[in-house]
Amino acid sequence: MKGILKIAFKLLVNDKGKFAALLVGITFAVFLMNMMTSMFAGILSKSSATVINVGAKVWVMDPAVNTVQSSIPMPDYILDAVRSINGVRYAVPLYSGGSLVKLANGTYQSATILGLDDASLLGRPQLIQGNIADIYSENAFIVVKDSEFPKLGNPKLGTEFELNDHRGVIVGIAKVTTSGLFGVPTLYTTYSRAIQYIPSTRYTISYILVEPKSASAVAYIKRQVKALGYEALTKDEFMKKIAHFYMFQTGLGTNVFLMTIISFIVGLSISGQTFYTFILENLERFGALKAIGARGRQLIYMILFQAGFTAMIGYGLGIGLSSFVIAMAKLRISSYAAIVTYKNLAFAFLMVLVIAGISSYIGIRKVIRIEPFDIFRG
Amino acid sequence: MAEPAVRASGLVKWFGEADTKTYAVRGVSFEAYFGEMLYIEGPSGSGKTTLLSMISGILRPNAGSVIVEDKDIWSLGPDQLADFRLNKVGFVFQDYHLFPRLTTLENVAIPLILKKLGWDEAMDKAMEYLEAVGLKDRAQLPPVKLSGGEQQRVAIARAIAGRPDILIFDEPTASLDGDTGRRIVDFVKKNILNEKRFILIVTHDNRIFEYADRIMRMEDGTIMGVEKTGK
Repeated sequence: MKGILKIAFKLLVNDKGKFAALLVGITFAVFLMNMMTSMFAGILSKSSATVINVGAKVWVMDPAVNTVQSSIPMPDYILDAVRSINGVRYAVPLYSGGSLVKLANGTYQSATILGLDDASLLGRPQLIQGNIADIYSENAFIVVKDSEFPKLGNPKLGTEFELNDHRGVIVGIAKVTTSGLFGVPTLYTTYSRAIQYIPSTRYTISYILVEPKSASAVAYIKRQVKALGYEALTKDEFMKKIAHFYMFQTGLGTNVFLMTIISFIVGLSISGQTFYTFILENLERFGALKAIGARGRQLIYMILFQAGFTAMIGYGLGIGLSSFVIAMAKLRISSYAAIVTYKNLAFAFLMVLVIAGISSYIGIRKVIRIEPFDIFRG
Repeated sequence: MAEPAVRASGLVKWFGEADTKTYAVRGVSFEAYFGEMLYIEGPSGSGKTTLLSMISGILRPNAGSVIVEDKDIWSLGPDQLADFRLNKVGFVFQDYHLFPRLTTLENVAIPLILKKLGWDEAMDKAMEYLEAVGLKDRAQLPPVKLSGGEQQRVAIARAIAGRPDILIFDEPTASLDGDTGRRIVDFVKKNILNEKRFILIVTHDNRIFEYADRIMRMEDGTIMGVEKTGK
């Protein structure tokens, strides 16, 4: 079998024009599909940035909440009620909101403000400068050093700013796993300071962060919270809810899906058509092989190998090219929302297999139908 | 000429159905022998190629049998039939049907590769056959770089590479000038034909008739007569 595949390989790669056209088609399709899905994965990851960075196991919220930013404040008694549920080790409030920060040069910059529970500081970021205890000092804020950090004028420890006519001081610089989607910097402070500095509604708790006593307690906690008229979601469930919102309620998912399908169709059209032409041009030779004594399945293996080989090379080039473009974009725009995930790679691989499968199916149908007698008839 | 290499009896082939039914071959029977060079001659549409295809295991007849080594080849399954063609029959097509993207050597090696010989072994053996047809120095060239006569010899080398008992030539001189055509057939008669091999040539080129042992004349799907010649 090796020998016949080597013949198939030589027939394919020695036809440089066709081989190049096939590679261009598949590479282009993989490039577009991977770009689209990576951008989408990046957007979804960034949209859940707060959930990832705070890292609480269970989040309690109003059932109408779709994203972290669209929190609906809950009354304080819900916090007490949650704390009293069997299976809750502890529960703390989290403030999540936005505000305009007036910088030293007089310009304003919107920022995300996260107010951590004063006692536990649950969800605090990892500091790269400063001391976490300083968050309790007067007007203290911790700034996240992510891609949006320069928008606050690259603050240092001790840098001052104004927030709703209150003085603020940077006491720590932190790093987080994921930066946010909306291109605004993030400031951490205590919960009490956050609700004091930022104009708020009657209720102030954005989320209740829960640490369950055990994993098995989560289901019970969820039922009890539901009985209160609220919703308790695990970290993964909350991220899925956010992803679901962006996918199905914003049009973003539909657009990415359409673009991915279009990429697939373009790739399939180019490579399918080229492969079909390649088969047509070699049809008489395949017929001659049949006449010489090649079995039908040997010809099928040859075609599958040719389609599969082209697909794998095209896949590699497409993934390489898209990863390169994403890496270059991230060098220029550090907040560029695109992540190449294993799921994206697997999806593109699957789509390439479908392209190769359809292309080879068309070729195989043609080759199987050719009668060696036609070779004699000319 | 001792034992028959091929025994065809009552071969019938038609194409189309009902109103469009056309007979290409009408009950042809004959025997061909090892060591013989048999020609089938006749005008276009007389059924020569159809008969040749039925004898070589390419086209299933509507009736009749083709006995090779005491076995009706048309009783074989598709895979066995493919094996029969690979092991027993060598083809030299009218247009050669060489692979332009492979080297001359690789073209000759195809039957050997189909016989599952290793790549290097197949190439070594193919080189021997190329040498036999005098084209060793052309081994690494693609067939398009060769002249018509050289391509014909490559096709012959490919046909004999599988060491077949039956060699089928379809209009071997159709694309060649008179001298080259004669040289090729002369070469085949002197170097390729032997006591264990039967060669069947379909042609209407009377310039090469002198090389035939027998000439079967076909017209309208039937054998009109057999002429013994011999050189």
